[in-house]
Amino acid sequence: MKYQSQLVAQKYFIAALSLFLGQILFGVIMGMQYVVGDFLFPEIPFNIARMVHTNLLIVWLLFAFMGASYYLVPEESERELYSPALANLMFWIFLVAGALTVLGYLLFTYSELAALTFNELWPTMGREFLEQPTITKVGIVIVALAFVFNIGMTILTGRKTVVSLVLLTGLVGLAVFFLFAFYNPVNVVLDKYWWWWVVHLWVEGVWELILGAILAFVLIKVTGVDREVIEKWLYIIIAMTLITGIIGTGHHYFWIGTPDYWQWLGSIFSAMEPIPFFMMTLFAFNMVNKRRRDHPNKAAVLWALGTAVMAFLGAGVWGFMHTLAPINYYTHGTQITAAHGHMAFYGAYVMISLTMISYSMPIMRGKVANSQAAQTLEMWSFWLMTVSMVFITLFLTAAGILQVYLQRFTDTPITFMQAQEKIEIFYWLREVSGIVFLIGLIVYFISFFVKGEEPQGVEA
Amino acid sequence: MKETFTKSMARNIYYGGSMFFLLVFIGLTYDTHQEIPKRDNHEAINEVVALGKRVWEENNCIGCHTLLGEGAYFAPELGNVYTRFGESTEALKGFIKSRPVEGIPGRRSMPQFNLSEEELEGIAEFLKYVDGIETARDWPPNIQG
Ligand code: HEM
Ligand code: HEM
Ligand SMILES: [Fe+2]
Repeated sequence: MKYQSQLVAQKYFIAALSLFLGQILFGVIMGMQYVVGDFLFPEIPFNIARMVHTNLLIVWLLFAFMGASYYLVPEESERELYSPALANLMFWIFLVAGALTVLGYLLFTYSELAALTFNELWPTMGREFLEQPTITKVGIVIVALAFVFNIGMTILTGRKTVVSLVLLTGLVGLAVFFLFAFYNPVNVVLDKYWWWWVVHLWVEGVWELILGAILAFVLIKVTGVDREVIEKWLYIIIAMTLITGIIGTGHHYFWIGTPDYWQWLGSIFSAMEPIPFFMMTLFAFNMVNKRRRDHPNKAAVLWALGTAVMAFLGAGVWGFMHTLAPINYYTHGTQITAAHGHMAFYGAYVMISLTMISYSMPIMRGKVANSQAAQTLEMWSFWLMTVSMVFITLFLTAAGILQVYLQRFTDTPITFMQAQEKIEIFYWLREVSGIVFLIGLIVYFISFFVKGEEPQGVEA
Repeated sequence: MKETFTKSMARNIYYGGSMFFLLVFIGLTYDTHQEIPKRDNHEAINEVVALGKRVWEENNCIGCHTLLGEGAYFAPELGNVYTRFGESTEALKGFIKSRPVEGIPGRRSMPQFNLSEEELEGIAEFLKYVDGIETARDWPPNIQG
């Protein structure tokens, strides 16, 4: 660690990983509710569990992005963080706000929570991923602004690198697009139109800049390849991201009452969205092959390569599968969507977070890399989680194909609930894979506590 | 990448390309907002529907159901439920009202939300309004949603 203030990242990462565990526990609960319908009913209805699962996901990823920024930016800017105190304060505000919100979901019915938080004054609740009470959303904006300010000041008063500027652009975009969460007209078509400005322009827009910047940073560190080369790749990857991904939003404007031209625009542009993900894979493998040093943190290199591959599979391949309008006509809002959502979020954003944590945590704990034993265990957890996520995706895809056929494609369609019963076996298999994922996560946690002889050497 | 392709070229493609497509997207958004009123069934929006949307949101219906294909995949699509229920708001209200508090043993069941008569009327009218939105190719593909 070159700068003392980078250390604030550590508590962000610890919070992120704890919430990750919560997310997965609720995922496993829901997986059970899919097959044993009355599991935990009416104490934890499915919609509540889902909200906890997805909101914890988003919040822990935000914690991880913030931690990553606090670690990365001082090092890139070659100066201490503008205000470590502000970073610490925002950590506690965000953690308390997040915890209270999740407790609110679990201790009250959702309508009680809405009343308690005066949703009627400015109704923003009850939309997928944006279920947080309006007051929590305001809190998120405050934390995001303070965070972007802190990071921005550090970057702008220090050495400016392509990596840190791309990261900053992504973070500003994240904050700006979140503001659309406050627009909630009664008109459902308009509501949906702008809702995607948060959701799509996040994951297929500005978040990819954050992903690219973190990946570039870690690759510079672990491969020692010339910064010039890596920065050129980064520019061209994010160029392709935004060139395809902005108009690519149109793949969500097929069936919600928007004009027909989106069928063409959305299909064509989003069909090119896999390109930047593919380039990311080429980029990561190329840099590792051209490495000028062998970094002792093998686990971090594995996570970095894994991110590139899994993001391409989940976002690129599984995204492409259902992004053309004539196909999406049948698959829209089915288990195919869930399959893609899982592998894309895991492959891109979960894995890049774990890459950064894997690279930086040992350094923050005073060593270049973990002991061989700890790394071996960490790599086991990599494979357990990644392979089980592949299986979750495959089982949901199988379920989705059958669902589409039985309920939408055949000449004699059956009802939603009848179709669900017929594909139950795949939900059982998904649940088994989910439990393996949970085991993988526990192994991952254990790897932090494994001791052993630590490799010698200087950090890059 | 070959040296003939320099970092500054890559940077220019990034700035130029993303700015250009962002502007195109804003233009398309403007145009879309001119077109939407022709098919969004806004004539049907009134106080009752507005209350209905609030009820929809404040009970997190989207946490189990899809609405025009967006939401959760645990329970049926509701964008066309008004049609599926024989175009009867009474049938919709009756269904929502009669959900058992303790659920149905072994099966997925919808919670009992204890809605008032006014809220029931609102949610039913809201679902009727959404069913009236003219989606492309009349999505969903069939009555089952
Ligand atoms: C890392 C990047 C990505 C993430 C995290 C992601 C995640 C998601 C999620 C969670 C949904 C479901 C949204 C909802 O609940 O309605 C979704 C929908 C969708 N995604 Fe992605 N996605 C990514 C990239 C892509 C790419 C690159 C493509 C196209 C090539 C794509 C195509 C689609 C399509 C077509 C839908 C709509 C599915 C439907 O009609 O139900 N996604 N994505
Ligand atoms: C890192 C791992 C995971 C990530 C990133 C993740 C992400 C997500 C996302 C984004 C959604 C919303 C899906 C959509 O709208 O398309 C979702 C829903 C869901 N997840 Fe996960 N999840 C993970 C692990 C799990 C596990 C291990 C299970 C359990 C076996 C699980 C079970 C579910 C279920 C049942 C849903 C609800 C799908 C529905 O609406 O019907 N998830 N998850
Ligand atoms: Fe998208």
